[in-house]
Amino acid sequence: MNILILGFIIIFSLSCFFFGKSRIKKIASINQFKPKALPHFYGFYLSLWCALPALLIIFLWTIFEPFIAKYFIISSLEVSTNIKSNADQLNLTYQKIKAFYFGTFSGTASEQIKIGAAKYASFVAMAQNAKIVLVVTSIIGFSLLAYKKIQNNIHAREGVELIFKSVLIICSVVAVLTTAGIIFSLLLESIKFFSQIHFFDFLFGLEWSPQKAFVRDASVALSAEQSKELGKAFGAIPLFAGTGFIALIAMSVAVPIGLFSAIYLAEYASPTVRKFGKPVIEILAGIPTVVYGFFAALTVGPLIKSIGDIMGLEVSSESALAAGLVMGVMIIPFVSSLSDDVINAVPQSLREGSYALGATKSETIKQVVLPAALPGIIGSILLAVSRAIGETMIVVMAAGLAANLTINPLDSTTTVTTQIVMILVGDQEFTSAKTQAAFALGLTLFLVTLILNFIALRVVNKYREKYD
Amino acid sequence: MTKEQRLKKRYSAEKRFKQYGIVSICMALLFVGLLVFKVLSEGSSAFVKTTIQLELNFDTKLLNISNQPTKEEIADIDFYDFTLKHILKVYPTNNRDEEKLLIKLFTSDFEFEVKKFFLNNSDILNKVITLPITASSDLDQLHKGNYQRDITEDRRKISNFQLKIYDQLLENKKINKTFNNYFLVKGDSRNPEIAGIGGAMLGSFFSILVCLIISFPIALLAAVYLEEFAPKNKFTDFIEININNLAAVPSIVFGLLGLGILLNVFELPRSTSLVGGITLALMTLPRIIIPCRASLKAVPPSIREAALAVGASKVQTVIHHVVPLAMPGTLSGTIIGLAQALGETAPLLLIGMVAFVVQVPGNPLDPSASLPIQVYLWSESAERGFVEKTSATIMVLLGFLIVMNSLAVYARQKFEKKWI
Repeated sequence: MNILILGFIIIFSLSCFFFGKSRIKKIASINQFKPKALPHFYGFYLSLWCALPALLIIFLWTIFEPFIAKYFIISSLEVSTNIKSNADQLNLTYQKIKAFYFGTFSGTASEQIKIGAAKYASFVAMAQNAKIVLVVTSIIGFSLLAYKKIQNNIHAREGVELIFKSVLIICSVVAVLTTAGIIFSLLLESIKFFSQIHFFDFLFGLEWSPQKAFVRDASVALSAEQSKELGKAFGAIPLFAGTGFIALIAMSVAVPIGLFSAIYLAEYASPTVRKFGKPVIEILAGIPTVVYGFFAALTVGPLIKSIGDIMGLEVSSESALAAGLVMGVMIIPFVSSLSDDVINAVPQSLREGSYALGATKSETIKQVVLPAALPGIIGSILLAVSRAIGETMIVVMAAGLAANLTINPLDSTTTVTTQIVMILVGDQEFTSAKTQAAFALGLTLFLVTLILNFIALRVVNKYREKYD
Repeated sequence: MTKEQRLKKRYSAEKRFKQYGIVSICMALLFVGLLVFKVLSEGSSAFVKTTIQLELNFDTKLLNISNQPTKEEIADIDFYDFTLKHILKVYPTNNRDEEKLLIKLFTSDFEFEVKKFFLNNSDILNKVITLPITASSDLDQLHKGNYQRDITEDRRKISNFQLKIYDQLLENKKINKTFNNYFLVKGDSRNPEIAGIGGAMLGSFFSILVCLIISFPIALLAAVYLEEFAPKNKFTDFIEININNLAAVPSIVFGLLGLGILLNVFELPRSTSLVGGITLALMTLPRIIIPCRASLKAVPPSIREAALAVGASKVQTVIHHVVPLAMPGTLSGTIIGLAQALGETAPLLLIGMVAFVVQVPGNPLDPSASLPIQVYLWSESAERGFVEKTSATIMVLLGFLIVMNSLAVYARQKFEKKWI
């Protein structure tokens, strides 16, 4: 149905365009005036006024109709059953009614559901009719209004450009809305989580065992002892430690390799080597992380285990080392390409000054170029760290699930992102503290990476200004 | 230390320093090489499958139909029973266990293969025809040499009896390798021999399509606003900071956004490529805006001034001159952004695109997987048959990424103007 309406709007606004374009010429010749804009602007003016309000109505309608339908059905359910049953039960009945209406309901439907489905059907039909009437009125109303303005010879181009500019502004606000959406969705569940679990228990607790939250029934109130025990199940320190540990291993691979390849490519390499070397390193950034995860889990992990077995060490098959090493390789290009840029931005005169004093190339690099490029390099490392802690697939596939508080790289450990995925893949119960914990972890992750990125961008930008 | 010794030491330090650089580049190269080698050596065999030549007698009596079969008669044919009789003829035995082992050499879908062949060829009635039937995954792995034969029977997936039949079939040249047509068109399956990435490819295609439709226009228009129209004020700065930060937010957070807003608040259908596409679009948006802005910025101001000088309005200047000139850059930025979105897994995991989907999706509202998700799902399963399939899926995925990235490079080099 929506497609039919959309098609109607498109056809109508197209014809409006040609109508407006030809009409202005005629009006101008009859009334003996010179149009204030080119004819096609009048066409655009008419067709935009015809289409945009209608599209806006359809857009808003599609978003809000489910909410209104839900409210309508649930309030009628409350009246008919005369019980103020809890929100979950009403919600469930509503889902059943919807499923019955769409014919996907399995099992025998109760009388209540059938009545509800009939109500739902009548609501949908009513909403459909109301939508068509509203859309058609808006099309006709707005196009008549616009047509009247055309007859009065308005500044059509300015009108069209104003609409264009507002569309531009709306588009650039989408990014802001996305951020707002992220914060809203994370906060919404996190607040519920922190109403059950104390903030400090989460942030400083030493034990992570969220499966404990599943044992209890959500509707039964907790005794003081139980809630104390529950509070202890969500200590995120092991996750933070695991994340930091794996990121540390990754950085100890990525920083030396990335930095040295950046130095080599920027200072030593001949143009041909540079031409080929840079893209090859950038290939590493283009490989999907799931491929790295596959490689870490099925090649590097078993390899480390067999090497460890030969040396007589006890190695977990999901060691932090395997995940960290492969993650390090993944972030090499993030370190190297940014460092390469900042090293290249160091003015040649500094190098030449150093050479003039008799320093070798490596001495120049170590004592002149690198100190000058240091803020930029630190910025690139910070960005790489934020990549490392936000990375998901490698750790999901190669690191363990059990939250061990360990500093042995051969042991298995888990990370924030792994736990988010483990909690949220499969069935979710949004009343459970376990599910909400994933959002609390997500919020922590978001804030930490945000701060890291913010500092990194500040550092990089501040440095760049210096030599420009 | 004498002067010479000091100099020598300094020179050797110089040499060492240079070698560190070479070693680190070589290590990066080595890793790329290792990864490619591993994927290629493991995955290429998945494009080939083993088939067993099975002699089928399409006798009307055996099929239980008349010589001029009606539609009802054909619909009633029991192909399972019909094929089973022929399979049991391969190695006549009366032992029930041995019969079961024999059947297990063939794919569990053998009846559909025979049925499809029968329905596509109407002139085969009362003829004896040798039809290649897909072998089971275990036989396939044995034939490809991935199973060891010389270990004890209880540690093998293939029993001694099955080995005997295999050798006999091999001797009679009844075992062949053919191109694995299932792999590229079928959906997921519990049986490796009939599992394919067709469903995942279509799922990826739909989500990338949705992602493109949403993100490209919004990103381009936002870039145009920020680069050409935005006044320098706090609000513009705020938008810019927002976009830069959003580009660096971990992808899994976008998965939480999709779960919290798209699925829970707007109640869009779970596991569909529509939701996947919207989530990916929100993620790719800032990553496209940034290159779009860069390419708009690269258009020299003289172009704008010339257009304004002959009386064009600001909007006309931008639409008629600046945006078309910046198009190669914006297109290549978009393609690179989409390539990143194609390889993205984590956000899709959270919005339920990890479901086991056998049907190939027909539209963006069907539940589906995507290519990277398929890699993740198969890499978790222990069966040998899925290991090569995982690598082969990675090959296909990397193939798409290479094509997209080269397209982006081509678009830039071919069409971009160099301003002097």
